[in-house]
Amino acid sequence: MQTEKKQSLSSEGVVQPLKTLENSKVRTEDLNAWYGNNQVLKKLNIEAREHSVTAIIGPSGCGKSTFIRCLNRMHELVPKAKTSGRVILDGSDIYANGVDPVTIRRRVGMVFQKPNPFPTMSVYDNVAAGLKLNGERNHAVLDRAVQRSLELAFLWDEVKGDLDKSGASLSGGQQQRLCIARALAVEPEVILMDEPCSALDPTATAKIEELIASIKGNYTVVIVTHNMQQAARVSDFTAFLYLGQLIEYGETTSLFENPVEELTERYLTGKFG
Amino acid sequence: MRRFKDRLALWLGALCAVLAMIPLISILYEVVKNGASTINVDFLTAAPGVIGQPGGGIGPAIQGTLILVGLTIIIGVPLGVLSGIYLSEFGDNPVGRTIRFLNDVLAEFPSVVIGVVIFTLIVLTLRSFSVVAGAFDLSIIMLPVVTRSTEESLKLVPNSIRDASIALGIRRWRTTLSVVLTTAKSGVVTGILLAIARVAGESAPLVFTILGSQYFFSGLSSPMDALPLRIYRLALLPYPYAQAQGWGAALVLILMVLVVNIGVRLATRGRLYSKRSRA
Amino acid sequence: MSNCLSLQKLLEGLKHPSSDGFFRYGSLAFAGSVVAIIVLSLVVLAQGAFPTLTKFGVSFLTGTNWDAATGFGALPYILGTLLTALIAIIIGVPISLGIAIFLAEMAPDVIRVVVSNIVELLAAVPSIIYGLWGLYVLRIWVANYVQAPIQGSFGFLPIFSGTSYGLNFLTAGLILAIMIIPTIASISREVMVSVPTSQREAAYSVGATRWEVVRMSVLSYSRSGIFGAAILGLGRAIGETMAVTLVIGGASGASALPTSLFRPGQTMATILVNQLSEAESGSLQLAALLGIGLVLFAIAFAINVVAQLLVWRVLKVQGGAVE
Repeated sequence: MQTEKKQSLSSEGVVQPLKTLENSKVRTEDLNAWYGNNQVLKKLNIEAREHSVTAIIGPSGCGKSTFIRCLNRMHELVPKAKTSGRVILDGSDIYANGVDPVTIRRRVGMVFQKPNPFPTMSVYDNVAAGLKLNGERNHAVLDRAVQRSLELAFLWDEVKGDLDKSGASLSGGQQQRLCIARALAVEPEVILMDEPCSALDPTATAKIEELIASIKGNYTVVIVTHNMQQAARVSDFTAFLYLGQLIEYGETTSLFENPVEELTERYLTGKFG
Repeated sequence: MRRFKDRLALWLGALCAVLAMIPLISILYEVVKNGASTINVDFLTAAPGVIGQPGGGIGPAIQGTLILVGLTIIIGVPLGVLSGIYLSEFGDNPVGRTIRFLNDVLAEFPSVVIGVVIFTLIVLTLRSFSVVAGAFDLSIIMLPVVTRSTEESLKLVPNSIRDASIALGIRRWRTTLSVVLTTAKSGVVTGILLAIARVAGESAPLVFTILGSQYFFSGLSSPMDALPLRIYRLALLPYPYAQAQGWGAALVLILMVLVVNIGVRLATRGRLYSKRSRA
Repeated sequence: MSNCLSLQKLLEGLKHPSSDGFFRYGSLAFAGSVVAIIVLSLVVLAQGAFPTLTKFGVSFLTGTNWDAATGFGALPYILGTLLTALIAIIIGVPISLGIAIFLAEMAPDVIRVVVSNIVELLAAVPSIIYGLWGLYVLRIWVANYVQAPIQGSFGFLPIFSGTSYGLNFLTAGLILAIMIIPTIASISREVMVSVPTSQREAAYSVGATRWEVVRMSVLSYSRSGIFGAAILGLGRAIGETMAVTLVIGGASGASALPTSLFRPGQTMATILVNQLSEAESGSLQLAALLGIGLVLFAIAFAINVVAQLLVWRVLKVQGGAVE
C-alpha cells in the first residue's frame, strides 16, 4: 500500500492533481461536463485503482451519476450534453478522436439504479445478450459465460433450475443481480454502479455488497452511492463530490475517520445532504 | 333548476350516444339479415355469373382481397416500421418533427386522391389496370398508419432498456432492432393488424387501379377483383340477385374487418395501452 | 453551441462511416418517403390537370358545364362537396360533442366501456358498407320520414324541392355525419380527458354541479382542441367517397348544382369514381378530372394541416402523456 496523499482544495479553490498514479485503472484529467449551458462537473481529477472499489459520495445533485456516465461515454447520449477534459483508461484517453464509444462500453460496464432486465427475454438470454447481440453464436461459449456470470453474481443457485423463465419474473434483488451478471458476461475491466441498491431492501442490499467484495479482485469497481455507511462498508477509496467539484479523495477508512476538509466532515456527520 | 340542467345534460349526452349506436346496430342487423342466406361454399368460391342472371359468387373478390392484402403487407410494413423506428429513435429534431407532422396529414388524406395519383402514375403509364397499381395504392394508404402506431409502440419502451443495452456495448441499430423492437413487438403487430383491416375495406382507390374483374387472379399487371369493389359493382346493378349477393359480400367483408378489430381489442385489453382511435 | 456539436458529430460520423450512421440515415430515408409521396402527388396532379387549366383557366372553378364542347367547370361538384360536408358537420358535431362529454365526464364505468367500444367500431366499418346500407336502408328512411313530410308542408321552398326518392344531398350529408362522428367524438374526448384535474377540482370546490363543471372548466379549456377535431371531421367528410357515391344520385353538369337538399347531386370525390376509370387518355375530360383531383388534394391538405396544428398544440401541450 502506497502512502496516500489526500486530494484537497488549495487556498485558491482549485483541486490539485493526484501525486501517485500507480495501479490506476481509470482516471480523469480536468473533466468538465455540461447539460446544455449548465455545467455539472468542474475540473474533476479522480482515479480508480485497479482491482479496488472506489465510492463516489455526495449530496443529491452533486454530479455523481453524471460523473460515472462520463466514464463509459453514456453522458454524451443525452441531447445537448457536452464534455471536455480527458478520461484515461489504461493509459489512453477514451475521448480521443477516432475512439469508438462502443468499444469503450464493452470494457467499462454499467449497472443502473433501477434493475432493468430486458423484459421479453429469459434469464439466460438476458445474461447472454451482450455476447449474442455482438455476434457470438457458439452455444458452448454462451452456456459457459452465462453460468460463470450468474455464479459471480451470486444468482446461479437460485435460477439454475429454470434459466428459461422471464427475466422480469424475478424479485427486485434477483433482477439487480441478473443485471450485474449481464454486465459481467461481456468480461469488462471496469464495472460502474449507479446507486445499485437504492431500490432494494436491506437483505438484497447485503447480498450485492457481498458480491462486490467478491469480484473486486478481478475487476475495478466504481460505485455511486448516497448511503455513506454503504460506502464505508464496501469501498477502498472514496471521493466526495459537492456541486460538481471534488472536495476530498482518499482511502476510505482515513477519509471517514479523519476527513481533511470541513465540508467533508459536515457531510459525513449528517449536517446536510 | 341547476340540478335539472345537470340531469338534462346527462340525458342529452346519453341520447347522443344512443343516436350514434343506432346506425352501427342497424348496419350489422341488415348485413346479417340480408347476407346470411346467400352465404354458402359455392358463393364463396365461384366466379361471378353472367350479368343479369342469378348465380355465381364472389370467389375472385375474396381471392383478390387476400392477394392485395398480402402484397400491401410486403410493401407497406417494412416501409412503415422503419419510418416509425426513425421517428421514435432519432426523430426528436426539426426534420423528424416535420416528417411526423406530414405523416399525420397523409394519414387523414382522402384515399380517392391517392387513387387518382396512382391511376395517373401507373395505370396510364402502363396502359392497363393492374394488381401492382392497387398494391402500391393501398401501401401508401397504409404507410402513415403503420408509421404512427410503430412510433407510439416504440416510445412506450422505457429508456432504461435502451440504456442497459447501450451500456453493454451493443450498437444502436442492434439495440433498436433486437431489444427495443422485440419489447414493443405486440404493439407494433397490433398496429399492423388494424392497418390491414382498414386497408382491406378501401374501395375508392381500387376503382381506378385494379378496376375489378369477372375472373380469378391472372397476373400482377392485369385487373383483378376485390371484395369492396365487388360490393360496389353489385350495388350498381338493378337486379335482385345482385342486391342479395352484395349483402352477402358485405357480410364476408365486415366479418373479416370486425374479427380483426375485436380480436385486437380483446388481446390488448389488459395492457396500459393508449392509442388514438383514428382508424 | 448545440448546432456546432451536431455538425461536429456529423462530420465525425462521415469520417468513420459506422453501421449506426447507416441505420439512422437509412431509416430517415424511409421516413422521408412520406414527404416524397405528398410532393409527388402534387406534381402528378398538377401536371395532369395542366391542359384543362390552361384551356379554361378560372372558369374551371366557376363554370357549370361538363362536356368537351362547351367546357369543363367544376363548380357544381365543389359546391356539392361543401354542401354535404356542411350537413355532416351541422349534424355530426353536436352529436359527437354530446358523446364526448357523456363518455369523458358523465357515464358510469361499464356504460362508458361499452359505448366507447361501439363508437370505435363504427369507425372500423368500411365505407362501401356504409354506402350499401345507405342505398338500401337509410335512403328509404329519408325518403319516407324526412323528405315526404317536409315536402308535404314546405315543398314550395326551393331548398326543399325535387324528387329523388332519397338519393340526394341530404342523405349523403347524413351518411357523412354518421361516418365522422367516431373521429370527432374520440378526439374531443381525448382533449377533454387531458384537462388537468386541478381545473375540475377548482370548479367542484365552489359547489358547481357536474354539468357546470364541464361547462366552466372542461369545455372552455378544450375549445381549440374540439375545434381541431371538428376540422378533422370536416376533412374526412370532404374526402369520403364510396358511401356518398351510392346515395347521392350522380347528377352531372349544371343539374348537379346543389340548389336543394332533395335533389340528386355530385361531389368532387364521387365524380372521380364515376368517370375517371373510363376517361380517355390525353383527353380534356381526363385533365379536367385530374384538375378536380388537384382541388381535392389542395383542400384536403389545407384542412388537415390546420386540424393537425390545432389538435397537436392542444394534445401535446396540455396532455403531458405524449412526448
